Amino acid sequence: MNKFEYARPETVAEAVDLLAQFGDDARILAGGTDLVIELRNRWTEPKVVVDVKRIPEFAPSITEHDGVVSISAGAVMADVTASDLMHREFPALPEAAVVVGSVQIRARATVAGNICNGSPAADTSPPLLVYGAVVVVAGPSGKRRIPIDDFIVGPGKTALERGELVLAIELPIPGRPSGSAYTRLTRRRGTDLASITLCCGVDGNGTTRLSYGSVGPRAFLVVDDSGVLADPSVPIAEKVEPLDRMFYQASPSLRSLRASPDYRLAMLRVLGARALETAISRMTKELVT
Amino acid sequence: MNTMIEIDVTINGRPRTLEVAANHTLLEMLRDDVDLTGTKECCVVGECGACTVIVNGRAMNSCLMLAAEVDGAEVVTVEGLEMTDDLSPLQGAFLDEGAAQCGFCIPGQLMAATALLMHNQDPSVEEIQEGLAGNLCRCAGYEQITKAVMAAARGAIDA
Repeated sequence: MNKFEYARPETVAEAVDLLAQFGDDARILAGGTDLVIELRNRWTEPKVVVDVKRIPEFAPSITEHDGVVSISAGAVMADVTASDLMHREFPALPEAAVVVGSVQIRARATVAGNICNGSPAADTSPPLLVYGAVVVVAGPSGKRRIPIDDFIVGPGKTALERGELVLAIELPIPGRPSGSAYTRLTRRRGTDLASITLCCGVDGNGTTRLSYGSVGPRAFLVVDDSGVLADPSVPIAEKVEPLDRMFYQASPSLRSLRASPDYRLAMLRVLGARALETAISRMTKELVT
Repeated sequence: MNTMIEIDVTINGRPRTLEVAANHTLLEMLRDDVDLTGTKECCVVGECGACTVIVNGRAMNSCLMLAAEVDGAEVVTVEGLEMTDDLSPLQGAFLDEGAAQCGFCIPGQLMAATALLMHNQDPSVEEIQEGLAGNLCRCAGYEQITKAVMAAARGAIDA
């Protein structure tokens, strides 16, 4: 690691000041599960590392207010997997959080950091896209709210501007009935980066929201309003073609070591059908109960 | 702001005030500054678990944390498991089951298993496997390690 200063701001304003002052020479430290590796490998050589974990607003919390659930920027994967509220309203998010790294990583890695890191394979990106998450950001000109689809830009890139940092991620509680599911493809079960990440959400209005990552520069969201995909009474054989069309954004890299483009594209369809069926079965279970 | 930071940290029950480098990891601090070399350095990217310690009750990779981050925290390393000159029941179970072969991963395995048993006194085999999925054993002694954790849990329940 290069020599850097360690700053531990106690307020959002202090953090914003530091980040605005140092710009690209500052790095935000939350869980550190990516940053510390980058530091050790000297992929990043900041002048200052800003540890935001002692700022009161960052304290790990998952709270509901007026139909919106807010995940604080300090909340770690283990907080999401332990939350009854998450399992009840946003089941695909704990499904994604529980496969991130290992117990050790999940005790440390934050959801906010997962999306700020900008990995195309970030496990939480597809569920956040399907649930229509909004990222709450603080910066030199105050707070702003960025839809997750605009927040995620490309590999290592987000919509964050100089001096800005994430405070929380907000999720509107979906109307009923609705169902959602997360699935991924890895080479082995534990501690692996995904070759495909995929989340599917359906609702009673016939809308299907499908999001997939690790098959392009970022996770994509594709929405289908035709009603065919989300319809429990339409046999899966009739959904093959419309589902196929949902994957038009996929462009897996030839250079990836984890899986070939052909394999990823083939598996994308398998995982898509599987997640769609699970999402529908969860929605119909809601209808029965 | 400084490149050296003074921190207060409780390590294995003993409160300490330490001067640590901003660019040192918790792992480096434990091994180099405090001479607790039971915690092992291996992959240094959070994949093997050899550096696992317990911070505020949760198993974490000490290679992925800056030393400065544990200011005010309670850290337990493998050296802290021994109870009044005796091995912990878990350590005893590792011996009885022959769970340690080359031994290099064992401090990390013990810490991950200790954290697991703190939160789940009666784990299933699957829960043990998931709880230790972040700890690699190059000798592939997983069967014995799982058995040892199970034996320690059973022993605590029967006692």
